[in-house]
Amino acid sequence: MSAPLLWVIAPIVIGGLTFLIRRARTLTIVGGVTSLLLAGIGFIVPIDEALRLGPVSLKIASSAFLLGRSLVLNPSNTPLLVILYGMCTLWFFGAEAAGVAHRLVSFGLIITGLLVASIAVQPFLFAGLLIEIAVLVSIPMISPSNQTPGRGVVRFLIYQTLGMPFILFAGWLLAGVEASPGDLALTIQSTAMLGLGFAFLLAVFPLYNWIPQLMEESSPYVVGFLLWLLPTIASIYGMGFLDRYAWLRTSPELLAGLRITGLLMVVTGGLWAAFQRHTGRLMAYTAIAETGFILIALSLAPAKSTDITFLLIPARGLSIAIWALSLSILKFEPNDKPLSFATMQGLARVYPLASAGLILAALSTAGFPLLAGFPPRLALWEGLAQQSLGMAIWFLIGLLGLLTGAVRMLAVLVMNKEETAWISKETWTQRGMLGVGLIGLFILGLFPQVLRPILEKLPLIFQHLGR
Amino acid sequence: MIATIISWLAVVLLLIASSGLLLSRDWHWDIGFLAAQYVGVFWLVAQHWPLGMAAAKLVTGWMATAALGMTLSNISTLKEPAEQFWPQGRVFRLFMVGMVAVLTASATPHIETSVPGIGLPVIAGAVLLIGTGLLHLATDSHLERVVIGLLTVMAGFEIIYAALEGSILVAALLSVVNLGLGLVGAYLLISAAPQEKSA
Repeated sequence: MSAPLLWVIAPIVIGGLTFLIRRARTLTIVGGVTSLLLAGIGFIVPIDEALRLGPVSLKIASSAFLLGRSLVLNPSNTPLLVILYGMCTLWFFGAEAAGVAHRLVSFGLIITGLLVASIAVQPFLFAGLLIEIAVLVSIPMISPSNQTPGRGVVRFLIYQTLGMPFILFAGWLLAGVEASPGDLALTIQSTAMLGLGFAFLLAVFPLYNWIPQLMEESSPYVVGFLLWLLPTIASIYGMGFLDRYAWLRTSPELLAGLRITGLLMVVTGGLWAAFQRHTGRLMAYTAIAETGFILIALSLAPAKSTDITFLLIPARGLSIAIWALSLSILKFEPNDKPLSFATMQGLARVYPLASAGLILAALSTAGFPLLAGFPPRLALWEGLAQQSLGMAIWFLIGLLGLLTGAVRMLAVLVMNKEETAWISKETWTQRGMLGVGLIGLFILGLFPQVLRPILEKLPLIFQHLGR
Repeated sequence: MIATIISWLAVVLLLIASSGLLLSRDWHWDIGFLAAQYVGVFWLVAQHWPLGMAAAKLVTGWMATAALGMTLSNISTLKEPAEQFWPQGRVFRLFMVGMVAVLTASATPHIETSVPGIGLPVIAGAVLLIGTGLLHLATDSHLERVVIGLLTVMAGFEIIYAALEGSILVAALLSVVNLGLGLVGAYLLISAAPQEKSA
């Protein structure tokens, strides 16, 4: 058995087969258990080493061949696989509670398999194509057949598709730069191409307008899944470029560009979040700011950048998952403008746990102490302050914007004209999933070292970055 | 020599097909122009790839076109509304195609100097398609137009990328992307159909 077969082909095949399952509960269990098993195998079974189970010897080979090229998942990739499939477990088990099991589980497994393939493919430049295929598969997931596709879906398709050619061209040009490092024109061209490609892929300022639109048009849980998974993989893909090309990761201009772009995303995301009147759009701007945090982390001193980037990933995934699940639960409340502030007043008394999930996830993203987002924000802020005090202040402004959005949402959710009794309309499944997520938010905030065994091994997927 | 002449004829075919796609408002013509466009793409890709791999591109392109065509034949009960103001009218689009053609003519020699060995017709065809594809995306928000625009940009990119990368895996993945775009376009058109019918 080979690792790509297990972590790439198996989820894609199982995802395809789950289209035959009708019951949402069964679908959720199949998706959740598959992801849990894949995460568990990654945690327990080493790649490229024989594991003896009594008389049976089991060995997972690291590579598989596909059309003359190879898919390689080294032992160093296992922490990433554990995090990815571990988070997928949470998303898939929550799919029933969010009421989107039929859309999320099947497509989600296929998309995850394709994106893991993008990490595994050699040469890594071809990952752009696999990411594009994953984007195409995600379209039926975010735009169900009984719903007219909105502008957000169309823009998502356009922007993600336009990103791929730029990255592939950039990859080819970068090989030229490697051959003749003194060619300044080629260096500028390749950097510009790469920058444009990742600007489309990561929805960098000002190319992020599809995110708020998509949050309004589609299921928050499904979009949340994409907003978690796509930028995470795209960031790792981008880090692969920095790792591969020494002149890129040591270029002060590129790092300054990353820092300014990231800061722009944090500040604009924070400021827009502060003035939103729609909780879906608020989450969208928060997700935009989250991508900004990753870009800032990548621009910091090489010794710190990888650690902080990987510290951001689990907290980000958990916050987005809780936020998306809470929004999906609140969206069930029948009214003509779901998720707008005007129709969400006082919902905390009817959906206390979902409201708490919404508020705590928003506060976590704003870097509120005791919550999962706090330790990485603190490390990021410290690293940024060492580079420039002015930028640290702008970073604070962005966080204050996110905090304002969270406080406004809190005010809306708890305000009520009449004194009404506290009830809980959430189902037991919803309570269970939200409860687990909220406990996770606090654990990651209070004891960030619990993820240390996994996080400290993550930088090993790169040969030079973070060394 | 003959191959070069045919390559330039393929560029002319691409110019006619991509201009036709921009100017036409009837889906029957659109599908015809798109299919013709892939013939030009096939010839230019075949300058650098083996005939079999280039033919795969042609077949995939036609399959994507067929997926769009079959969908449109089932849902097109209404003609697209005529555009009322000049900047989006036919004259404007013709002017923009002219601009793209001029841009292509001026940019092609420069690109050939930077990346020698690709061939002028290949570069001209690629730049022309990328330009007209982007024009599609910039000037029209109809789903059908957006998908055609994306397919056109991708076709232009594939022409030039074929000269740079000859991997079978890349060829296969690009074919999947092309076919995927066609199928996703068909899916989105079907999803949008009820509203269009009731409009």
